[in-house]
This record gives sequence, structure tokens and C-alpha cells, in this order.
Amino acid sequence: MDFSFSEEQNLLRNSLSRYLADHYSYEDWRKFTASPEGRDPRHWRQFAELGLLAAPLPEEHGGLGGGAIESMVVMEEFGRALVVEPFVPTVVIGGGLLMNAGGALAEEILPKIAGGETILAFAFAEAQGRYNLADLATTAKKQGGAHILNGQKSVVLGAPWADTLIVTARTGGARREPGGVSVFLVEKGAKGVSTRDYAAMSGLRASDVGFENTPARLIGEEGAALEPLEKVMDHAIAAHLAEANGAIARLMAATTEYAKTRKQFGQPIGKFQVLQHRMVDMYIAQQQALSAGLMANLKLGDTDGSRAVSAAKAAAGKYARAVAESAVQIHGGIGMTGELDVGHYFKRLVLLETLYGSPDHHLRRMARLDQ
Amino acid sequence: MDLSFSPQEEAFRQEVLGFIAEAKPKLPQKLGAPEQARLSKDDYLIWHRLLFKKGWVAPAWPKAFGGADWSVTQRYIFSTEIAKAGMPTTLPFGLGMVGPVIIAFGNDAQKKKFLPRILSGDDWWCQGYSEPGAGSDLASLRCRAVRDGDHYVVTGQKTWTTLAQYADWIFCLVRTDPAAKPQEGISFLLIDMKSPGITVKPIVILDGAPEVNEVFFDSVKVPAENLVGDENKGWTYAKFLLAHERSALASASRSRAALARLKAIAKAEQLDGAPLIRDPDFAHKLAALEADLMALEFTELRILSQEAKGEKVGSESSILKVAGSEIQQRVADLAMEAVGYYALPNDMSLGDNEAVGPDYARGLAGRYFNLRKASIYGGSNEIQRNIIAKAVLGL
Ligand SMILES: Cc1cc2nc3c(=O)[nH]c(=O)nc-3n(C[C@H](O)[C@H](O)[C@H](O)COP(=O)(O)OP(=O)(O)OC[C@H]3O[C@@H](n4cnc5c(N)ncnc54)[C@H](O)[C@@H]3O)c2cc1C
Repeated sequence: MDFSFSEEQNLLRNSLSRYLADHYSYEDWRKFTASPEGRDPRHWRQFAELGLLAAPLPEEHGGLGGGAIESMVVMEEFGRALVVEPFVPTVVIGGGLLMNAGGALAEEILPKIAGGETILAFAFAEAQGRYNLADLATTAKKQGGAHILNGQKSVVLGAPWADTLIVTARTGGARREPGGVSVFLVEKGAKGVSTRDYAAMSGLRASDVGFENTPARLIGEEGAALEPLEKVMDHAIAAHLAEANGAIARLMAATTEYAKTRKQFGQPIGKFQVLQHRMVDMYIAQQQALSAGLMANLKLGDTDGSRAVSAAKAAAGKYARAVAESAVQIHGGIGMTGELDVGHYFKRLVLLETLYGSPDHHLRRMARLDQ
Repeated sequence: MDLSFSPQEEAFRQEVLGFIAEAKPKLPQKLGAPEQARLSKDDYLIWHRLLFKKGWVAPAWPKAFGGADWSVTQRYIFSTEIAKAGMPTTLPFGLGMVGPVIIAFGNDAQKKKFLPRILSGDDWWCQGYSEPGAGSDLASLRCRAVRDGDHYVVTGQKTWTTLAQYADWIFCLVRTDPAAKPQEGISFLLIDMKSPGITVKPIVILDGAPEVNEVFFDSVKVPAENLVGDENKGWTYAKFLLAHERSALASASRSRAALARLKAIAKAEQLDGAPLIRDPDFAHKLAALEADLMALEFTELRILSQEAKGEKVGSESSILKVAGSEIQQRVADLAMEAVGYYALPNDMSLGDNEAVGPDYARGLAGRYFNLRKASIYGGSNEIQRNIIAKAVLGL
């Protein structure tokens, strides 16, 4: 048993955390998230330079040969700095699906991902579908050599920054049937793509996306995408759990620090026993969330891997919310302001709790996988 | 033991329902669903003025000052029916706070000058209690007022002042005797917001709205006639007012109305091809929440019947504050959960653009974040628990 990181992984963490400390301060964040573009494109290029985008990808496709633990390290640091750039949709989901599928498409796109030359967004959710990946009204039909896509996707995170979309669609089967789900690569500038861009909580941007007879390239096998998709989503969730842990760490530090310095009734509020216990509960929740995140990441690919991911997602969602709500409460009025970073970490955690399935959704999946 | 209201009270309810039926079409719809829209000063005043015309804007004030002089039970019936009908509340700062203080402790000139304009809505009031260094420990406040002939000179800062950007007047707790014990050197001063030396700086809160403000006083001249009651007795008046603030009954009926909106959303939302409300997990959470709310409704009724009998209700109202705020927060949380991914873009801090996704999703996340305030302001829930521990349980 050994929970320590390798030397390379520590190096990756250190160089990234140094970069973020120097170039991705909260003040910077406030500026670029409020700009029309919503991000500073320089960062994505720097992430490529630092090797983050290549870290989890295989060497034969321009990667550095790492895997889930590398993504975990990156995302934990991203969580600490409230990073908005879409690492997970691009590297973990896009990279994961292409690695799974292999072939010409993988050869074409993976090196671009590793080199920071492309940004992907994952268009999977539909208004009626909630968290069910198979509940799809979007359809794809083969026309000649290519596919033609029709449908609507909701809240596609990172889509305003993406050049390429990964889109789930039905090529057969009835609504919600496991068979007949396929995944496609679509140029955002392709014919028939319409987008409505907007901001989403904690500095992110998203779009509702429509497709009308849009040409799309199939990733992997037609009609058999649900299983590989679920696997890749497990990786994505595990990475986001690490992100949540980075955000939790920041809230924990901010709150204990504040409780030591804020004085009421002639003493630091951290001296009040109710607040001490509340912060201890936050700390226990933090430790449990860390464990859940590690469990998810280390069990990826095991026979009980999906069950572990769902367990971690459900449990960590609850822990994260408890930490975030306590952080605001203990800060009092100041915790309610949009100026302090605490509120934005709170929002990131609420977003992550919903993303790729609510705690209830994952408890149900866990129960199902037990049968 | 009897649950029913008297025939007179029942008749009163019918009168209220009649008024609601008449008034509702005159109100913009957004006033009834606080999560849906940001309200302007005029929005707030539409409802205020309708009630004023009817003579109902100040339910608790004595008739002599233009109030409705209703019994506690009538007030309860009124606010419950109003909430059920999805109508807004009036803001408390004039009608529920400074008004009652002036009635109880002000002199005749103050009554004549201020009360009619509170009733008509011509003066908008805000509450200047909290300071950067004085929140829960309000008595440590430092905003200073120095007597200089026929006026005071006020210098200092207030913060978290709700909607001060709209205010014509602010009622302030100020320090008039720095040498005395903290509670004994505080006075209650009424300050014209147009006075030279006042600066208001908005604070944007978690839902993106500038709901509160910092208010700075730089040598502001305030006529001495604006002192309420006696100098250095302000803490007594403040405590009187805080009790008023806490016993604001009928937060349960507000949560009841929010729960009704949540149920409508859960009927419209889908999960695996069926309405979300039929999902056993969601239905269970909804029922658990409603069970707590039903208990709260009866806790309110118990306290109400005590008050109606003329028994003194003190720290029990802290129970309503804690339980009521937590239920309010849970309803908002579940509403956010109900709309799934469409909660993510519909945080009001993202601007007033039209809703993304279904209309009902608009502002739900913002509302959840906004309502974290409910356990912080009006005496935080920790402070309320301290009060219950000491005053009720004798610990
Ligand atoms: C949206 C909003 C609107 C407001 N509107 C107004 C307004 O119009 N006018 C006005 O005057 N004020 C207003 N307030 C201020 C509000 O009353 C204060 O925020 C509140 O009193 C808490 O003070 P604080 O923010 O300084 O927190 P602090 O007092 O610093 O408290 C920080 C934390 O410490 C806890 N704590 C403090 N003392 C103790 C103790 N003895 N035991 C246990 N725990 C303790 C608190 O519960 C809290 O969790 C508003 C606040 C908000 C958030």
C-alpha cells in the first residue's frame, strides 16, 4: 500500500501550482472571467507548454504516457485556483474517447490535444434527459460516407471556447435504450451548428447548441458507444472529484484563517466552541472527500471501478456542500459578497455536484451496479 | 383545544381574499416569485401603495397613526393569505422597524414628520446597525456622533445596509458616549440620506445583485431633533426593534408558497421519461421537507395563540428564526436541484438576460445562494441558538 505520488507527478504538481500562483491569481481570475471572452487564451498555451495537456495521454500520440493520477494532480491544482479552462472535456473525455476508438481520428486529434492546438467541449445533456447519457433525442443518420446530425444540446460547458464538439446522438434504438448510442466529432464551425452562449456559475462559459443536418465524424463503433462512454465518464468524474478537493482545500484554509483573525465579543470567533466544532466537521468532510476522490481515481478500470466512482461522487458531493455552506456561514456577511473568493468556490462546488450526475443519480447507479 | 378561527376571523379572511382577487391583476407577475427577477424601487412600491390606499399597509400600527391596528391573529391570516396567493411582502425597514420605534419612543414632532411618509411610501428607510467591526457583537459599534449645539456630527461607517441605494432616510445606532459601557453609550439617530458627507457604495452579493451597501459618514451634520428618545438609551430601542424583527411570523407561509412553485417545477421536469415528482428519491426529499414545514406551521400557530392571549413572547421567536431560515434554504436548494443542468447558467449574477432553458429555471441558483443570508442576518443562527440556550433553557 502506498499513497505517495511519483517524482514526476510531484514535479507536475509543483510546476503547475507555481504557474497558477504567478499567473492565475484571484485578481487575474476576476478580470478575465468578467471579460467578453471570459478567459485569457494565453493560459491554454502555457498549459500545453507545461505538459499538462500531454501528461495523461499515450506517448505514441504525442502524450507523456501518464493516466488518471496525472489528471488528478492537474485537476486538484485547477480546483485550488478556480481554473476555467476545459481540461476534462478536452483531455480526459475527448482524449479518452479517441484513445478508446483508436484509428485515423485518434491519430489526427490526439497530438493536437497534447499540443494545446484544440479545445473540445462535450455536448451530451438534453433538456429531457437529466443525467441519463442514453436519454437522447439527438439523432445521427448515415448519408454517403459521413453522418448527419440533428438535435439540441443543453448547457455545454466550455463550448464558447471550443473549436470542436464531441456529441452524443442516437443512431438506432428507442429513447433511453442502451444500444444505438453513438459519439461524434463535430467542427463547431460546421454547417447547421447554432449556439447560444452564456455564462455559468463560478466563471465558466457554456452554450446551448443546436444541430441541423450537420456533418459529423463517428468516433468508435456505431451504436455501441454507451459502454466506452460510461468508462470515460468515470475518468471525467474522478478528475472532477480532485478539482472539488482543490476547491475544498481553499475554503478550509480561508475559513480557519478568517476564524482566527475575525474578532467579535472581544475574541477571535474561532474561540467559540460551536464554530470550532463546525470547522472540525468541515475538516472531517474534507478528509472523507479526499479519500473518496483517491478511491475513485485508483479504482478506475477495476471491475468495481464504476461503483466506486459513483460512491465517491455521491459522498463527496455531500461533503463538498457541507464544507461550502459552513465556509459562508462562518464568514458571516462578508461570505455573502461576490468580491470574496469564497462564494465562487462555493459555486464551483455546487456546479461540480451537479455535473455528470447528482448525488441521487449516483446512489441509484451504485445500487444498480450492486445487483 | 380548537384549530378553527372565530367567525369574525373567518370573515376577515374572506375580506382579505376579496382584496387579493382585486389587487392581483394590478401587480406585475414577477413580484410574486422573488427568485425570478430583480426588483426596482418602483417595483417594491407598487404593492406598498396598493396596500396604503386600502389602509392595510401597516397592520400592527395603532389606528391613530394610520395603521390597521389588527390583532395578531388577523395579521397572521393576512400575511399567510398574501403569501399563498404569491403576493410580495412589504419591506420591513420603515413599516416594521423604525415606524414602531418612533411610535413607542419618538416625540410628537417626529411622529408627525415621519410616520405619514412611511405609510405612503414617500420615504424609503434603511437600517444602519451593522458595521465592519460590529456584526454579531452589535454593541461594539463605533460610528460616532458628537453633539455640537443644535446638531450632531456623525463620522463613521455602516455596512450590509440593505437597499440603502434607494433610501431617503437611514436609522442609525451611533456612539454618543465612548466612555460609558458599550450598551450605555449608544443613541438612536434618524439621518437624511441626502445630507452632505454621506457616501453609499454598493456591495454585490452571491446572486449578483447589489442588495446591500456600505454607508460612509464624513462629518455629517444631523439636527439634534432627529434623536429618538433619550441620548445614550439607543440600545433599549434597538433591542425593542430586534424583537420586532425576529417575531416576524409567517415565514412558513412564504416557504409554503415557494414549495408550491417547486412542486410545479418537479411536475414539469423529466427523469427517465416520467415527471421528476414521481421519482421516489425526489418525492421522498420533497415530502421530508414538507413534513418539517408542516411542523413549523404549527409552531407558528402555537406562538401565535400565545401572543393572541397577550402572553409575552420573547426568545421563542428565535426558534422560528432558526427553523424558518433553514427550511427556506432547503426549499431553495431543492428547487435548484430540480432543474438539473439548467441551474448552472441561471445564477442572477450572470445578468438579467432572459432565462436559459425553461422559464421556471430562471434565478433558482441565485435564490439558493442569496438565501444563505437567512442564517446570517437578523441575528445569525448561532446567536439565536445562544439566546435560546440562555433565555429559554437557562443554560
Ligand atoms: C444580505 C444581508 C443583509 C443585511 N442587511 C442589514 C441591514 O439592512 N442593516 C444592518 O444593520 N445589517 C444588515 N446585515 C448585517 C447582519 O445583521 C450581520 O451580517 C450579522 O449580524 C452578522 O454579523 P457579521 O456579518 O459581522 O458576522 P460576524 O458577527 O463576524 O459572525 C461571523 C460568524 O461568527 C459567528 N459568531 C459570532 N459570534 C458568535 C458567538 N458568540 N457564538 C457563536 N458564533 C458566533 C456568527 O454566527 C457567524 O457565523 C445584513 C447582512 C446580510 C448578509
